[in-house]
Amino acid sequence: MVPLSHYLLLSAILFVIGVVGVLTRRNAIVVFMGIEIMLNAVNISLVGFDKYFNNHDGQIFSFMVICVAAAEVSVGLAIVISMYRNKPTINLDEFNIMKW
Amino acid sequence: MELLIFYPLAFLCVVMALCVILGKTPVNSAISLIGMMLALAGIFAHMHAHFIAILQVIIYAGAIMVLFMFVIMLLNLKSDDTAAKVRDNNTSLVVVAAVLGVIILYIITDAILGANMESPQNLSETFGTVAMVGEILFTKFVLPFEVASVLLLTAMVGTVVLAKSKVD
Repeated sequence: MVPLSHYLLLSAILFVIGVVGVLTRRNAIVVFMGIEIMLNAVNISLVGFDKYFNNHDGQIFSFMVICVAAAEVSVGLAIVISMYRNKPTINLDEFNIMKW
Repeated sequence: MELLIFYPLAFLCVVMALCVILGKTPVNSAISLIGMMLALAGIFAHMHAHFIAILQVIIYAGAIMVLFMFVIMLLNLKSDDTAAKVRDNNTSLVVVAAVLGVIILYIITDAILGANMESPQNLSETFGTVAMVGEILFTKFVLPFEVASVLLLTAMVGTVVLAKSKVD
């Protein structure tokens, strides 16, 4: 039997890796991949608690998270495509028109 | 015994996630992300969440990663864009990321270290089967389920509107 703490620690490590990726990488697509890692880390926590409390609500929650992730990725990548159409790059440093 | 399955899968997950962040090109990152999703599906299956494990393979490793690869191939980037560079003039962001990472990991390990947290009840035979999860999804959570379909429809329409070339 794997204790809950192992799942929570794995979830925290993956979440931190995702945060670092989002904050440091400058390629917009890799930033989206960082967001995916964070969403997956949350899913591990949800399913771990669901197993701990022995009911199925956590699995339904992580099902909803997967739905939101699918919607977010499709809209996000469409935004990347329309950004690329304005300016032929997806380097986030080039898109500073709304900064300050 | 279960730990013998859990540790290699968790290690594979973390290594693959690091490869995503440190990958040289977006294609390398995407391949590593597929590996991470598959290892995670193994962890879900091992946690008796069969339904979520199957969804993880079909939706994440299948649909979402195909979309990522499709967009990477479609954009035809120049070599400077694909190089694994940290954003310039943004050392402060790297510092924030490092500090945040250390704080989160410290708080969580501090909270759970020493605590064993074995589940108080034994799992029933049918725990986590598709039939059990489906029954709850269609009775207790039927309204969120319907709202999820509206969300997906909205996302679909939004994607088409955003990605459509201007033909007006």
